[in-house]
Amino acid sequence: MRISKMHELWRRFINAVSLTLTGVCAVVVMAPVFIILAYLLMNGVRSLNLEFLTSLPKSPGEPRGGMANAIVGSFYMVGLGLILALPVGVGAGVYLAEFGRTRYAQVVRFMADVLNGVPSIVIGVSVWALLVVPMRSFSALAGGVALSFIMIPMIARTTEEMVRAVPNALREASLGLGATYARTMWSVVLPAARGGIVTGVMLALARAFGEAAPLLFTALGNRFWNFYLDRPMANLPTQIYEYAKSPYVDWHRQAWAAALVLIIVVLVLNVIARTSTRERFRALR
Amino acid sequence: MATVVFPRREEVTAPPQPKISTRNLNVYYGDFHAIKDVNLDILPNQITALIGPSGCGKSTFLRCLNRMNDLIEGARVEGSVMLDGQDVNDPRTDVVALRRRVGMVFQRPNPFPMSIYDNVAYGPRIHGIRRRSVLNEIVERSLRQAALWDEVKDKLRQSALALSGGQQQRLCIARVLAVEPEVLLMDEPASALDPTATFRIEELMQELKSRYTIVIVTHNMQQAARVSQYTGFFYKGELYEFGETAKIFTNPERRETEDYIRGRFG
Repeated sequence: MRISKMHELWRRFINAVSLTLTGVCAVVVMAPVFIILAYLLMNGVRSLNLEFLTSLPKSPGEPRGGMANAIVGSFYMVGLGLILALPVGVGAGVYLAEFGRTRYAQVVRFMADVLNGVPSIVIGVSVWALLVVPMRSFSALAGGVALSFIMIPMIARTTEEMVRAVPNALREASLGLGATYARTMWSVVLPAARGGIVTGVMLALARAFGEAAPLLFTALGNRFWNFYLDRPMANLPTQIYEYAKSPYVDWHRQAWAAALVLIIVVLVLNVIARTSTRERFRALR
Repeated sequence: MATVVFPRREEVTAPPQPKISTRNLNVYYGDFHAIKDVNLDILPNQITALIGPSGCGKSTFLRCLNRMNDLIEGARVEGSVMLDGQDVNDPRTDVVALRRRVGMVFQRPNPFPMSIYDNVAYGPRIHGIRRRSVLNEIVERSLRQAALWDEVKDKLRQSALALSGGQQQRLCIARVLAVEPEVLLMDEPASALDPTATFRIEELMQELKSRYTIVIVTHNMQQAARVSQYTGFFYKGELYEFGETAKIFTNPERRETEDYIRGRFG
């Protein structure tokens, strides 16, 4: 069979076009990240100084002041959310991995996926009804609970996958030595899966750290220091929202700086998530 | 040198009480009848080899002896397994205590992703030993018994996963010995190892024989002939023939045994 010159050229042309297209798409994937970073750096760096990081907001319209309470508040509530979500998420993940073939487990797995897909604003409104209304106050507790709802399904599903990936031979070795099932989980399986679980937890933290919607109706925000669980608490995402829609130029600048802080924390958490999989003792060869 | 150890006359003429004896043992995996009416006595301080083609049920049988089949979904065990006259499958039997008495070494080395020390100390720790000095002593003694001490004594804190396959398998043996079992079940312990490592494991078994009752499943007939005093031939879930290793390998009673030993199938 003879292949015409024309046909061959056409084929090469299609090949080149396809390759270029996929390459361009790959660039487009990265572009938003760089655009966001460049924008935040350009606008945020000027206002990002020691005062911004260490002092409280000033009265509306008054220049200067900072967001120390919002930065601390964000860490506080994400930390609170983690304390609530970690045991529940890891526990549920272990259950799904080890006893996951029952009907009940399938329902749990499905519900976790649904929860993962619930818009965060809906989570915010629900926790408002669940906690803010009965407590008659916006509160750090409500904020932490809302963030834990974001983290639980992520932690549960990664834990499930990591625990499932631990070779059965390790379970048998432990059980064969006379260890109980619980002991086997605690001392062998979870440590072997730790690297992957830490990755999942870091990604969940990064996601929760950036969420504004769940906090709008729960933690609300605060212009002052607060460390009580039952009072409103400042946090970066809602503070950015407040400041960005305000009429003051200086507040706009501070919103940029806050956004920069937010993205830096999220980036750091993602980098930790990446590197934490490189464990000293590799379980999965 | 590994010498072929056949049982001496006097050991055979007055058989002591069996350490383990099974009566009408049947195992099903769902609809599959994996073990059929197996009656077998395992004598203390002897090495009993179980041979047979793949899928003949020898590993399944082994796993009945310390109830590892409990872990397999859909597995059902009928009949009795007596350990020192006590029924292993009795609901009152504490499976944790049972597995402490009947330890197991698996086909592929499966050290925990921890340090060498922690691997060996794992068993004693789960059984409540906390004292550092006692643990140190157990770790050293177990590693010595497993003929691994000299190779690892300077790197006890290093990851067990950095050891070679043969060393890992001896570590797994040390890990079992650390809980001081009475019976050692070995499921093709050398099949993933090279000839040198295999030789060391076989040598080790001879040394351990005086203190433990050993049951080994193997695909390697030369290995069975070399290390064991008694041999059982499993075929299609049944125990076709059982007896002194010398007799099974030189003068088997059943044609299937002979065919298998001569390498005509399997």
